Parts: sequence; C-alpha cells; structure tokens
Amino acid sequence: MAETAIQEKEPLFSSKERKLLTDPLSTNNPVTVQVLGICSALAVTTLFYKALVMSVAVVFVCAFANLITSLIRAHIPKQVRMIVQLVIIATLVTIVELVLKALNYPIYKELSVFIGLIITNCIIMGRLEAFALSNKPWRSFLDGIGNGLGYGFILLVVAFFREIFGKGTLFAGSPAELKLIGKSIPSENIEYMINTAATSGWESWFSWYANNNLMVLPASAMFVIGIVIWVQRSWNKDLVDIS
Amino acid sequence: MHSTRQIYTFVIGMTVIVALILAGLSTVLKPIHLTNEAVFNKKAILSAVLPGAKDLTDEQVEEQFKTVEQMVLDYKGAIKTKDEVKKLRNFKDKEGKAEDLDLSKEKKRNEKDRLYPLYKFVTDKNETLFITAVRGSGLWDEIWGYIAIKDDFNTIYGTSFDHKAETPGLGAEIKDNPTFPNSFKGKQLYNKDGEFVSVLVKKGGADKTDKNAVDGISGATVTCDGVTDMLKKGLQYYMPYFDTLKK
Repeated sequence: MAETAIQEKEPLFSSKERKLLTDPLSTNNPVTVQVLGICSALAVTTLFYKALVMSVAVVFVCAFANLITSLIRAHIPKQVRMIVQLVIIATLVTIVELVLKALNYPIYKELSVFIGLIITNCIIMGRLEAFALSNKPWRSFLDGIGNGLGYGFILLVVAFFREIFGKGTLFAGSPAELKLIGKSIPSENIEYMINTAATSGWESWFSWYANNNLMVLPASAMFVIGIVIWVQRSWNKDLVDIS
Repeated sequence: MHSTRQIYTFVIGMTVIVALILAGLSTVLKPIHLTNEAVFNKKAILSAVLPGAKDLTDEQVEEQFKTVEQMVLDYKGAIKTKDEVKKLRNFKDKEGKAEDLDLSKEKKRNEKDRLYPLYKFVTDKNETLFITAVRGSGLWDEIWGYIAIKDDFNTIYGTSFDHKAETPGLGAEIKDNPTFPNSFKGKQLYNKDGEFVSVLVKKGGADKTDKNAVDGISGATVTCDGVTDMLKKGLQYYMPYFDTLKK
C-alpha cells in the first residue's frame, strides 16, 4: 500500500525519470564515457542504415531486458542471477533475430553475427546488474531505453561520417539510399549528386575527390569515436578523468 | 535466501517458458524465412546477368526468374531429370529443380557425387547466357558465386559473389565493391592455345590485355586466391556439358 501511495505522488515523468533517459545520452554515455560496447560500435558502423537497425535492436533488447529483470527481481535466486539475466537477454536477441530475418532478409544477412553478439554487449548486462536488479520496472524500462539510445546515438554519429567519407553514400542498403559523391556510371544507372567523373561544370571541381578507404576499415571507427570523446570532454570539463 | 529446490524450480520453469516462446516464434516465422532465403538466392543468380537486380522487388525477382530455364548436371555433364535429383537427394517436398539444391551440402560431397546446377537465361537482346554456380573457401569461411557465360562457352558475361564471413572492407569487397565482379566481364576461360585455364585473380594487378586474369583486392590475398581456386575447380565440371553443346 505504501508503494502505491508514493507512485501516485510521483508523475510518470518526474525530473528523476527524465534524467534516466537523458543522462546516458550525454554525461553518462555508455560508449564515450563508460567506454562499453566498443566492439560492435567498430563493426556495424560502416553503413548508416546498418547502424540504425542495430541501434533499434539494442534499444529494444536493453529496454525489455531491464523491464523483465526488474519485474521478476524479487524471485531471481541470487546464486544464479547472472545466468538468468543472460537467458533473458539471449531470448530477446533471438526474437529480434527471428523477426528481422522475416522482415528484412538482406539486412539480416548483412548484420549476421552482430545481432547475435548483442547478447555479449556489456552495456545491457551492466544495466541489468547495476540498475534493474534494484529498481522498479518503469524506471528500469526508461533506463534501458536511455542507455540503448545513448549507444545508438554514438553508433549513428560514427556511421554517418564513415559512410559519407568511406563510400560517398548515405542510407545505402535501404530503399532511401542517397548517392552523394562519387563517379557516376550511366551505363549501370549509378548516378551521384556530385559526379566526380564530370569533365565540365561545377562538378568538375571535385574531380580530385576519392573515397577514403580507411573509413571503411574498423580502425577508422576508433578514430571517429576518439574524436567524439575529445569533443564531448572539451565541451564538458567535468567528464575529464571520470572513466 | 533461496533454497536449492527453489533455484531448480525457477531455472527449469524459466527454461521451459523461454523454449516455448522461441520454438513457437520460430515455427510461425519459418515459412517467411524460407521464402526470403529463396528470393535472396534468386536475386544473387540474377545479379550475374542483370546489373540492376539488387533493386528489384521480391515479386519482380520471382517474375524474372520464371523465364530462367533450370538444369541439373553431374560431373560428366549429363543432365539429371527432376525425378533423378529427387531420388539422389531424398527430397520430399522439393521439386528437384536446380534452385532446390543445397550448394553448401553439395560442396561437402566427393566431386564425382556432386550435382551441379545450371541456369539458362535469355537477355532482352536475345543473347543466351549460361549461369553456373561455384563454391569455395575464403579466408574465414565459405565463398560462392554465380558466373554467367556467353554462348561461345568461353567469354564471361557477368558475375556475382557472396561470402559467409570475409573481413568487411577487405575480403568482403568481392561482394560489396561492384568493381570486382564487373572486372570479370569479357574475360575468357580458355587461353590462346585452347586450354581451359579459368580466370586468375592476380595479386598486385593483372595485365590489362590478359584475357585470363583480373586485378586482386589489396589486403585480401587469401580471399582472392580462394576465388581463383573456386573458379578453376568449379567451372571445369561444366565444361563437358558445354562441349556437347558446341558440336
């Protein structure tokens, strides 16, 4: 009874709850501040669309794993809690995998093992252990969404730069593909907005341009994440030396 | 504190619930998965002959594929009928067409026991093309491809490659970078002396006038060697059948 009384006093989105959503996006970002989930951040950020699908998957898994863990937290035996968390995450990830395979087979093929590897993404395991086991369902759910978004946001930023400078496109692999800069091949219906093969007009000013092959390799993601961390810390001095 | 019995009850209960959910979902989605996979493979086959095949919708792929004639060959180049294929591979609900063969299982068989799918495609310019399927090993796992050959049974019309787990940006370029499959266009399987040599993927770049070699991908030597090997070993078993057509 005492619990319901408190809940009635607190609105659904008090400032505390809002903090749960916004903190992981900035001051407590799982990738740039806690430096977790780097492995997949390097692997799936070659294309923006790929990173977007991966982000949605992680938000879903993180939010619902947090919610389910929090709902049954009183019943989980302490001795096997890690295994229980792992089973919850693995179940959700398998559901994502099966649904994605039915909805969009090419992108499923493209992401291949990385969807499965969400299971080992330490962000999710970390949130379950640190937050969901000791907090109420609604707050845990928000925390899950917040951390998923924090991870996804960085993924999208990295993928944005890697795809534009590495391939000259954006949203490649999706129906909304934008071809920004590169050599148009009319015989194969490949046309870029800025055609570097053009010999006259303003487009010919870009004839020196070539895609940066380093951006396609995982190493470049490390550089981009490094730059993001640098920018964030010069912005917010409090973060320096926190991790 | 939970007793041992409670722990066991919890774990077993949880496992049962999870297993039921996943098994149910998997069964419900299975038919969709199978259609998706079939369309995906057909798209890969069509990519060898149609440059824009990637952008076709699923319905367009099915429609286009209806015009493709399918054959199954053995290593001597003899055509196997659907019933023979069905019997040889114990197919129950499949028809025994070329598209029904599981190529990764075929690869595990002895070369003389394998069945080789062959697709005949006629372009809108009335050229007859033969699409062969080859499969080999890259650096990490399997690689495969479809090679379309013109009706002189020598010149390559187009190719499409795919892989299971090659490194993105390096070996995976055989699929991701259109320059690689396109570089095979116009290459020839026989050398000047009329000897079957297939096409060599050459490290460090091939001579432009060389009709039997293409440029390799830098940083992906093992994958490129895998492609060379796959083409040579895979295509030779189609040659006996092509020889019978030449006459």
